[in-house]
Amino acid sequence: MNCIIILLIYIIGALITLASGAKYSAKIALGTSLVNAVIALILANGYMNGENLSFTQQWISNPNVSLSFVVDGLSLTMLLLTTLLLPVIILASFNTLYSKSNQLYALVLFMAFAMSGTFLAQDGLVYYIFWELALLPIFFIGLLWGGDEWKVRKRVMVTFFIYTFAGSLFMLAAFAYMYTKTGSFTWDALSSAVLSTQEANYIFLAFFLAYGIKIPVFPLHTWQANTYEKSPTIGTMLLSGIMLKMGIYSILRWQMPVAGNVSENILKTVVVLCIIGIIYASLIALRQDNIKRLLAYSSMAHVGLVAAGAYMGNTTGYQGAIIQMVAHGFVVVGLFYLADLIYKRYDSYMIKDMGGIRSQAPKFTTFFLIILFSSIGLPGTFGFIGEFTLLFALSEKELLYALFAGTSVILGAYYMLKMFQNAVLGTANTKVFAEVTAKEYLVLGIICVVLIGLGIYPKLLTDLFI
Amino acid sequence: MSTLIALASLAVLILVLEILNLRKTIVPLTLIGLLVALGLNVCDYDIPQSFFNHMIEVNNTTVLFNSLFIVLSFFIVALGQSFYKEHYEKISDYTSLKIFLLIGAYCMTAFGNMVMFFLGLEILSITLYILAGSDRLHIKSNEAGMKYFLMGSFASGFILFGIALIYGATGSFDTEQIQLASQHLAMPRWFMVGFVLMLVGLLFKIAAFPFHFWAPDVYQGAPLLTTTTMSTLAKVAAVGAFYKLSVIFFPSMPANFVNLIAFLIMATLIVGNVMALKQNNIKRLMAYSGISHAGFMLMAILLGKGAEPYLFYYMTAYTLAGIAAFSVILYVCQDKKEELVIHFRGFAKHRPVLAVTLSLALLSMAGIPILAGFFGKLFLFTEALKQGFYTTVIIAVLTSIVSIYYYFKVIITMFTYKNADAKIVYPKNAVYATVAVVTIILNLIIGFCPSIIIDLFN
Repeated sequence: MNCIIILLIYIIGALITLASGAKYSAKIALGTSLVNAVIALILANGYMNGENLSFTQQWISNPNVSLSFVVDGLSLTMLLLTTLLLPVIILASFNTLYSKSNQLYALVLFMAFAMSGTFLAQDGLVYYIFWELALLPIFFIGLLWGGDEWKVRKRVMVTFFIYTFAGSLFMLAAFAYMYTKTGSFTWDALSSAVLSTQEANYIFLAFFLAYGIKIPVFPLHTWQANTYEKSPTIGTMLLSGIMLKMGIYSILRWQMPVAGNVSENILKTVVVLCIIGIIYASLIALRQDNIKRLLAYSSMAHVGLVAAGAYMGNTTGYQGAIIQMVAHGFVVVGLFYLADLIYKRYDSYMIKDMGGIRSQAPKFTTFFLIILFSSIGLPGTFGFIGEFTLLFALSEKELLYALFAGTSVILGAYYMLKMFQNAVLGTANTKVFAEVTAKEYLVLGIICVVLIGLGIYPKLLTDLFI
Repeated sequence: MSTLIALASLAVLILVLEILNLRKTIVPLTLIGLLVALGLNVCDYDIPQSFFNHMIEVNNTTVLFNSLFIVLSFFIVALGQSFYKEHYEKISDYTSLKIFLLIGAYCMTAFGNMVMFFLGLEILSITLYILAGSDRLHIKSNEAGMKYFLMGSFASGFILFGIALIYGATGSFDTEQIQLASQHLAMPRWFMVGFVLMLVGLLFKIAAFPFHFWAPDVYQGAPLLTTTTMSTLAKVAAVGAFYKLSVIFFPSMPANFVNLIAFLIMATLIVGNVMALKQNNIKRLMAYSGISHAGFMLMAILLGKGAEPYLFYYMTAYTLAGIAAFSVILYVCQDKKEELVIHFRGFAKHRPVLAVTLSLALLSMAGIPILAGFFGKLFLFTEALKQGFYTTVIIAVLTSIVSIYYYFKVIITMFTYKNADAKIVYPKNAVYATVAVVTIILNLIIGFCPSIIIDLFN
């Protein structure tokens, strides 16, 4: 049993979904993702028992590139996040009727293939190829199935693609440079290469351009809110739930090990930028009246904290980042699903059109509240564990970082609860808000079970990498 | 040498078939003849020889480059079967011209003597002038032919003068002797002047800065199949010749000569990519994109003999993607007066497979992973960083980012269903579709396993 089986199933599933008719494509996609989720859990079990799940094979001899996929705590956790979140995302899309759904779901599975490959790859060039491959499907998903009018959507998605691709090209240049130094692209060779401080600075900055755009970190964030807003909900979930984790994972896997001896000033600047991003995004979220944009900025605020923790370089930061990545994945998918449900019933993303839901749909309100509290980081939910670890990691280096980043908790509570008050509470709305159906109940239920379950007993997850 | 004889016989055979009134057999027989020539060429692998007092030399490099040229001609002749449907009585002329073009390309890479190089160059150029102006009822084609002929003859004149000066300096036309003389003896000043004059002519032929001005107008005016030929076969033939000459002459150039070439590369990349952004005519867009790719191939030449496999890989990736792209463009613009990007609107709804083929071809040119163009660019970047050309690599990276914009403009237009003319009709054409799909599959294959090409150079 080998980690490569996950990749193979995703790509074969994508081809089968494309060939199937529009009627069955969603179910086939769901089936594929469930199969892979089960396999991932089996792999995790095998990993805990000490099995070696890696796959390495020489691909090109000159230059030296090998198809090498390695499973360790970090990549296994990210793989679990991808494979377990994908069925939830696909299930969540069942209540929307997409045209040409076989193409859409094929693109979704292909994107899952590319993202899993990014998480598993141990060879720098293979990693880069999968990183770029993940960009193509989301571009087409946002372009062809997104909301708003064509001209605006086209401009937003092209901006997103070129912006992200530009950053990645600098990362490629960094990899090429490291190759000329070490003669190989593998992680072992690159992380053990000795770089002078000046070289490390350039490499670090090249990587930072790619990851800073992906995560996003202030001031490379301008593409994010528009892209999240214009994409269809399934696209936004993939973007915020899994794709942005690729950036943070890469900090832990590639940037810090390879260019770790970067100068203190540059590292400090980057961390400060992350923290500025937290406060900046939270303040903007406060003023949003479009729920999707609010959630986009809230997502940016939360991952700013994760990125800052990842850049700390200490063990607590490393662990906190991984924990919070998983937590944020589930939370943000849940939040966007809730926004989608409200949109389905009220036909609007504007918060002022909402309100008065609690009296009509108490179960929906309960789910909303649980996911909201997890987003804020209330103890007892999974969001708290990661947030606390990260703030602790920040305080280990510099107490001021933790103080300023900690305002994210306060601001987060402010704008989320304000949004909850305006969107869900209040006098009964004239429009009817139907209670959650069985399918929606299932999706929300799974997310809440994960968030509360891991909030009470996080050892299930942390055993993998601590 | 047997390849050359086979090709020459094939060209004459085509003309004879026309006399014998066997017009329908011309294209199939040519295709078979090209395959035979390819087989003969491949037999020469690993057997270095020279003929006619080192006029023609055959070694691994020439065998591989010429194999690429023959494969490209194969596809171009196949496309001609459908392109010249309306003037089918002239099919023998067009096809034999293309074979003569191939012979010129062969001589341009397999030369051992400067005279042979010039012969090959002129054979290639003159056939191309004729083909560019071949659509004599359209004024734009006349203009293209005239412009190309006048400017190309000037460039050939420069090259001839350069060759004469080099003969004056070294006393020989033979490339081996020139190389020995230039490296071991003190060269008079006109040796360098001679080479710079040759450089001027060669830069013209590959359409690099600052001699690229002819390309957009000539590409736009020429008939579409000739544009395909110019963009793929003629360009890589000229690049191959340039590479061979660089191996002979660069070592004897002063130390900061590479800076001049690096500057020319950066300028070519910038001009090619920036000017392509605003183009509405797909032929002009491909012309400017071709200029930027000439810049990349020059980068490979700059890196010396060690980068030979990478140059060949880039050439293969670029030309296969080029033929795939132009096949689909031929398909779309079959009965249209002008070849504008707007004609592609909504194409994905009518012919999804071909739309995906064109998308893949353009993505390969942009350098998106898993397609051959990505590895082509990666190999060049890695080698250039190894040799210390940091500024060039940075400019190449930045201009690659710019190029995505105009390639994506075309791709998105194909997938734009709004405002698409619902009444537009794309007549079915099996030839164009087959060539497009076959070449893009080849491109994907060498994109997955670059070793297929790279390992041939050991």
